[in-house]
Amino acid sequence: MATVVQEAAPQRLTLLRVLGPGHVWALGVGIVLVGEFMGWNFSVAKGGALGSLIACWIIGLLYTCVAMIDSEVTSTVAAAGGQYAQAKHIIGPLMAFNVGLYLVMAYTMLEAGDALIVGDLVKAAAAQAGHADLDTKPFALLAIALLALLNYRGVFMTLTVNFVITAIAFVSIVALFIGTQPWNPGAALFHRDLLVDLPYGWIGVIASFQFGIWYYLGIEGTCQAAEEVRSPARSLPFGTMSGIITLLIAASLTWYVAAGILPWEYLGQAYTPLYDAARLTGSTFLTVFLFVGTLFSAVASANGCINDAARAWFSMGRDRYMPIWFGAVHPRYRTPYRSILFLIPIAASFAFTGLLDQVITFSILSGLLGYTFMPINMWRFRKKWPLGSIKRGYVHPFHPLPAVVLLVLCITTFFATFLGYGPQLIAMMCFYIIASAWFAFHRYKYVRRGDQFTMPWPRPAGY
Amino acid sequence: MSVWNLLEYAAWAASALIFLWMVLDAVRVSRDYSEDVLLSSREGEVELADELEARRD
Repeated sequence: MATVVQEAAPQRLTLLRVLGPGHVWALGVGIVLVGEFMGWNFSVAKGGALGSLIACWIIGLLYTCVAMIDSEVTSTVAAAGGQYAQAKHIIGPLMAFNVGLYLVMAYTMLEAGDALIVGDLVKAAAAQAGHADLDTKPFALLAIALLALLNYRGVFMTLTVNFVITAIAFVSIVALFIGTQPWNPGAALFHRDLLVDLPYGWIGVIASFQFGIWYYLGIEGTCQAAEEVRSPARSLPFGTMSGIITLLIAASLTWYVAAGILPWEYLGQAYTPLYDAARLTGSTFLTVFLFVGTLFSAVASANGCINDAARAWFSMGRDRYMPIWFGAVHPRYRTPYRSILFLIPIAASFAFTGLLDQVITFSILSGLLGYTFMPINMWRFRKKWPLGSIKRGYVHPFHPLPAVVLLVLCITTFFATFLGYGPQLIAMMCFYIIASAWFAFHRYKYVRRGDQFTMPWPRPAGY
Repeated sequence: MSVWNLLEYAAWAASALIFLWMVLDAVRVSRDYSEDVLLSSREGEVELADELEARRD
């Protein structure tokens, strides 16, 4: 067996294993951090400032469970495709197809949303320079093009760039927090005057969960790097857990600063709340830094989304869940270049609609469906391969508590989403049901069933 | 025509050039390499290598 591998290796093209824990952190936090600069604040319109804080912490708990579960399973199933590969090995092909589709749709829609944001920021800069009617489309398209090129030419540079710009964006949030002098209430922060009771009661708090997801949406994307990290068992849990800790800190700082400067009635509908808060401090340095931070966070998010959507699509192609043509690796850059190219026009066409809220809602709902699969996945993983039966890079504590908490919070957030975007939720469910029928009755006959299970694991318990 | 209008045209042109380069490169790769080589990546090679190493130890 060893001889076969050694002989075949030089002729095989594989994704490059060049990434470390810092790149994993940059991938996860980079995708998410834009949600601190905009989007989370719509939760304030639903539940008030205090309702948004409750959503921040409860949804933070949801994502902590996601990170714990993901870290254990991915440190064992180290394959591009992340949760798709997990579902394929642990639950079955139809679940894997759906999870793969959730991932591709969630990241491609988020990428389109990020590109829209980049276009809008350039338009805002042009408006301040006296040119109010700038067309945002070419700048959104240029952002997608440049980031796709970066992804096309190699994962190491892609995620190194993401590390730098994500770190700068995170530092800008910390700088704003320090600049508002939190140790001196009344200097810039007025929580005592601005914080009011829950304006719409507890139902408003639950409704705010839908937008609380913006604080953390995408941290599970770290799993997509599984086939390209040097040490999956070490780097993935470390990068993912440090990522969720970074986001919990960033989310708390963001809420504290914004809720202490902006009245909840304004904050609930602001487009760029942190930038607006920086302007109200009167500091030119903070205003410029937060503009740069907002721009960098959107770019980092789009960059990570291109990376992750392409890996998920590539993995599905490699297993023939999609045409195998997408499973190609570039012989020089060692990237899934056909998948990267294929998804560009899809992201660009959604960006050109200009419907940021609809695009992001589709992304959130796809992500939420993916989170709902995770507790089921975790139960079956521990049942089929109990502790000690296979080597795990990380074992999360208190099982099955995180899985139960995650499932309950996912159901609650679905209810919250139904309150605000019921028709979109139903439309999306119809889309995935039709796609599932297509896979089960048409596509699955092309899949080589024995080839898709690749992990050298023992037979599952009970089989 | 303002500087911003020129930037709009420049952004359209730069995007088109970048896409064109990627498409041409993809076509060139498909021409120079066989599909067997391009599609030779296999999931699970990391685990298999680790498993073999563990067995050798």
